[in-house]
Amino acid sequence: MSRLPVFAPTKADEQARVIADAVINRVSVYGNSTCPLETAVGFFKLCASQSCGKCTSCRIGLTRLTDSLESILRGEHVEGIVEQVVMVCDTLYKTADCAIGFQAGRVGLAFADLIKEDAESHLANGVCTQPFTAVPCVKECPSHVDIPGYIACLREGRPADAVRVIRNDNPFPSACAFVCEHPCEHTCRRGMIDAPVNIRGLKQHAVLTAGAVDVPEKAEATNKKVAIIGGGPSGLTAAYYLALMGHSITVYEQNDHLGGMMYYGIPRYRLPEENLNYDIDAILSLGIEVKLNSKVGEDVQWEDLVDGYDAVYIAIGAHHFRDLGIEYATREGVMSAASFLHRVADGTPDDLKGKDVVVVGGGNVAMDATRTAKRLGAKSVRCIYRRRIEDMTALPEEVEAAIAEGCEMVELMSPVRIDKGTEHGIAFVGQPQMPSLYKGGRPAPVATQSEETVFECDVLIEAIGQIIEYQYFAEKGVEQNRGRFLSDEHGRANGFENVFVGGDCQTGPSTVIRAIAAGKAVAANIDAYLGFGHDVFDDVKIPRAAFDSKLACGRVNVQERSAAERAADFQGVEVPLRDEEAAQECGRCLRCDHFGMGALRGGRPEKW
Amino acid sequence: MVTLTIDGKTVEARDDMTILGAARGVGIDIPTLCWMKKINDIGACRVCVVEVEGEERMAAACNTTVREGMVVRTNTPAVVRARQTNLQMILSEHRSECTSCARSETCALRQLCADFSIESLPFAAISPKGEWDEDFPLIRDSSKCIKCMRCVAECEKVQHCAVWDFTGSGPHMKVTVKDGQNIDAAGCALCGQCITHCPTGALTARLDIPKVMNALSDPDVITVVQVAPAVRAAWGEGVGLAREEATPGRMAAALRALGFDKVFDTDFAADLTIMEEGSEFVEFMGSDKPRPMFTSCCPGWVRFAKLHYPQFVGRLSSAKSPHQMMGAVVKNTMKAAADEAGKSLFVVSIMPCVAKKYECDVPQLATEAGRDVDAVLTVREFDRMLKMFRVDCGALAETPFDNPLGLSTGAGTIFGRTGGVMEAALRSAVFLITGENPDFSTCDTTAATPETPWVTKELDVAGTPVRIAVASGLGNTAKLLDAIEAGEVDLDFVEIMACPGGCVGGGGQPISFNEELASVRAENLNSLDEADTLRYSHENPDVQKLYADWVDKPLSHTAHEWLHTDQEAWDI
Repeated sequence: MSRLPVFAPTKADEQARVIADAVINRVSVYGNSTCPLETAVGFFKLCASQSCGKCTSCRIGLTRLTDSLESILRGEHVEGIVEQVVMVCDTLYKTADCAIGFQAGRVGLAFADLIKEDAESHLANGVCTQPFTAVPCVKECPSHVDIPGYIACLREGRPADAVRVIRNDNPFPSACAFVCEHPCEHTCRRGMIDAPVNIRGLKQHAVLTAGAVDVPEKAEATNKKVAIIGGGPSGLTAAYYLALMGHSITVYEQNDHLGGMMYYGIPRYRLPEENLNYDIDAILSLGIEVKLNSKVGEDVQWEDLVDGYDAVYIAIGAHHFRDLGIEYATREGVMSAASFLHRVADGTPDDLKGKDVVVVGGGNVAMDATRTAKRLGAKSVRCIYRRRIEDMTALPEEVEAAIAEGCEMVELMSPVRIDKGTEHGIAFVGQPQMPSLYKGGRPAPVATQSEETVFECDVLIEAIGQIIEYQYFAEKGVEQNRGRFLSDEHGRANGFENVFVGGDCQTGPSTVIRAIAAGKAVAANIDAYLGFGHDVFDDVKIPRAAFDSKLACGRVNVQERSAAERAADFQGVEVPLRDEEAAQECGRCLRCDHFGMGALRGGRPEKW
Repeated sequence: MVTLTIDGKTVEARDDMTILGAARGVGIDIPTLCWMKKINDIGACRVCVVEVEGEERMAAACNTTVREGMVVRTNTPAVVRARQTNLQMILSEHRSECTSCARSETCALRQLCADFSIESLPFAAISPKGEWDEDFPLIRDSSKCIKCMRCVAECEKVQHCAVWDFTGSGPHMKVTVKDGQNIDAAGCALCGQCITHCPTGALTARLDIPKVMNALSDPDVITVVQVAPAVRAAWGEGVGLAREEATPGRMAAALRALGFDKVFDTDFAADLTIMEEGSEFVEFMGSDKPRPMFTSCCPGWVRFAKLHYPQFVGRLSSAKSPHQMMGAVVKNTMKAAADEAGKSLFVVSIMPCVAKKYECDVPQLATEAGRDVDAVLTVREFDRMLKMFRVDCGALAETPFDNPLGLSTGAGTIFGRTGGVMEAALRSAVFLITGENPDFSTCDTTAATPETPWVTKELDVAGTPVRIAVASGLGNTAKLLDAIEAGEVDLDFVEIMACPGGCVGGGGQPISFNEELASVRAENLNSLDEADTLRYSHENPDVQKLYADWVDKPLSHTAHEWLHTDQEAWDI
């Protein structure tokens, strides 16, 4: 006789694991504006499937919740049903014994307002508050680039047409091919099967294989003049579309190069200059007047712009830095990441050879400064952050790349003061932290009882966020709140008819693609304000989707040059997809413009 | 071109063709439900699925493009089983009360289920009947909707109104009036194309047979019926008559068999419309009013103009639609005699139309003698009444319409097809200006088709150029109106019919799944016109007599009282 079986996973365990993985894949593409009530039903049913059944509020509450929500979805009017849903969530949260129940209630309560609003719409009008998103990547892209369209062109061996399709919504196909944070990939439906399509990698392949692609023809001249303040992604996007629409455009740029943060902030190893120029050259080929080294308020006055032009777009970005707000015993060797990176872009980098460098911050700019310092020959680069590495706002791949290149991440270390060093000029004094309760979606760091830690260095680069140089415009009546310009949802500055604001100076520091999206929307709205309705679409025939069984297939990632090699120069770090890799990756696109609800309305809008 | 194999046959097909198109080209039948060629090729119902060699999953034939070397099988047991299961799933959300459904004979879903031997409902779940304003001429029963999206596509892509949309997602996705509006506020022109393109009984026209039955059974009511031009081209379809059997004379006999006291012909009123509208146009040509003038005989178009292009309402002809004119003439000329006999008049219009169910209720159209028309029946309702009364239509001897409101010309007959009103108007307008009848070819508009947005023609009438255009279908209409607004076309006179192809393709016509019969029916009207001895409205002797006895002359005071309306005096 035996007494104990040897552990082996059961078939049911295996099934649960496979399903758990499948659930994670599917949930990752939630948020495509499916019905909020339907989403809630799905969530509560999932919770119920995990319930052991012991506690009343979990066993019965979760079922009653899904019953009530489904009854609302069927349009059945039951007095007080919406309030009842909220009450059940509340009871579930407050009275269930374990996380299976109470966490379900807590999540329900977090979205009680949305659930109520949507439920009322379903009951009053029989309609959902959210339109269904047929093509998730296009919806998720702030500029709504026709992603399935350009991937289909690329698949057919038409990279130039792919570039044309992208330019219909984004005049920076090349810059975005290198640096876009690709929110499109986060909701790519392919994730349900294996992993999202490498959309950015395909865009890169398209621009690199297409060569120069002519821009569409401009519309007839309108004799309307638009001034654009700031030659960054948002300003140049607006300039591009407004010029295509036939308006006369002047861009005022305070620096001696166009590109804004794409030129002065993002290091060349991430966005090589020729790849940025690919886009800028195309934009300027429309005959846009550019005034470099023209700072509004110094070289040109506000009144000249608002009086001299039919419309003005303020897209000055967020280039100003702020310091740590602590005591500084010395400022020598202390600099902002913005000024540090700006000098590198200008070709006058600081000499860091053999120096020990500390970078403070956890965002993408901190990683740019860290990796740039390494490339300038620093002996050591430590990046100090007050939260955990997983709480950094920098892209995980940026953090990993910095580590691979030999930089060190020091997490959970809050700045206390800057002392003079004993062996080096600067002593960064930090207080060790530990993560605690969540605030704003991230665990807040709190000081531990440990002693202060000292990091001595020759150069201290502060990368804790940029701010907007709003003061001059504020004096001229452009409304702002905490340094950000205020506008309506169409980008029109509060209190003005013909002044628009957008990009980082309106949203606060954000991504290139959001700045582009603002420039596109503002271009359309300025055109409408000027009394036109120009259509800027370059007609490209999108290949029909082909049928296949869509078997799981590995995603091809963009690889990087070896860390040791790339850390020694400013050449681009990425190794673009090979032709056969791009071909396979194109084939992974599910063509949501054709399969699924995309088919109903042709898969894409005919115009903006 | 690509070469593929379908069910063992080698097939050559254009490389942008679908499997469905390629298969049909060689006579292989793949069943469809949601598919409408080029309008709704969305692969929603999954009834047209086929096997593609090398693929584990099945492809929807309706929207899968062929490719070189593709091997397709459309009729394996696995394909049949998949179709059966999908049909069973559709039925689980469809209130299959076929025995009491307006579409029991013409339901595409019912036919497919019969073909596929669906004799059990493993997923049975019957939806309750949906809520709806049952007084509105267009009725929707959501419990019969199978979410094929045909109505959404037809209304949005063909008819421009975009009344229907879908909302929500997942199991609760549903078709609804756009943004949850009430149907009477949603911009619906009441063309009825969603009804004739609905595969099931989810969309129907309001049933008005009971009103007519009440009148027929009341001994104190004189029942007067009139039939629109386009009805004669289609009524036989619903009662199993071949086109050559379904003659106007047999139709008149069938109406008598239903017990109507007077059987008149709306074609007569079409001739009368030409006298009024033609005279109005001659007057218009001499005025400096903004061009162009628009015809007004289609209430779907009039509704559309009022709802979507109100800036054009002032340019509509003031002439009422023919059946309203007929009603006004009947009521005003026969009222005294009826009163004397202690009876009332009840005018029924048999129409290929849903909008006329709305139009006859517009209070501003009534005259001193009361409302013009008391009830409007669609051709489908007419055919159903013939079955209810067990009229053996094929055996009926042909009889003429009653006079004096039954005699018409070929010009009145072609009112039922796109271009017909314009053609009839030109035949008489030229006469009114020049005193001579023009050649038929001069006025010919048979080039008009819903496949092109509009056709134009320029006539030289006594040295004056007259530029006309004809459009049918509201999507085409919108394109034409936009072009007029943008100054891209200069026109004097425009005929609009809301339904593609005109009344022959009307929303009240018999339904044949996925068959657009407008052009076949139009041929029928053209043959009647060509065979007619009278082909100019102004030569209709009974119309002339009506003027002599009652109305004086076109555009007279009485004509305005009876036959015209102030288009701007009423909104939708």
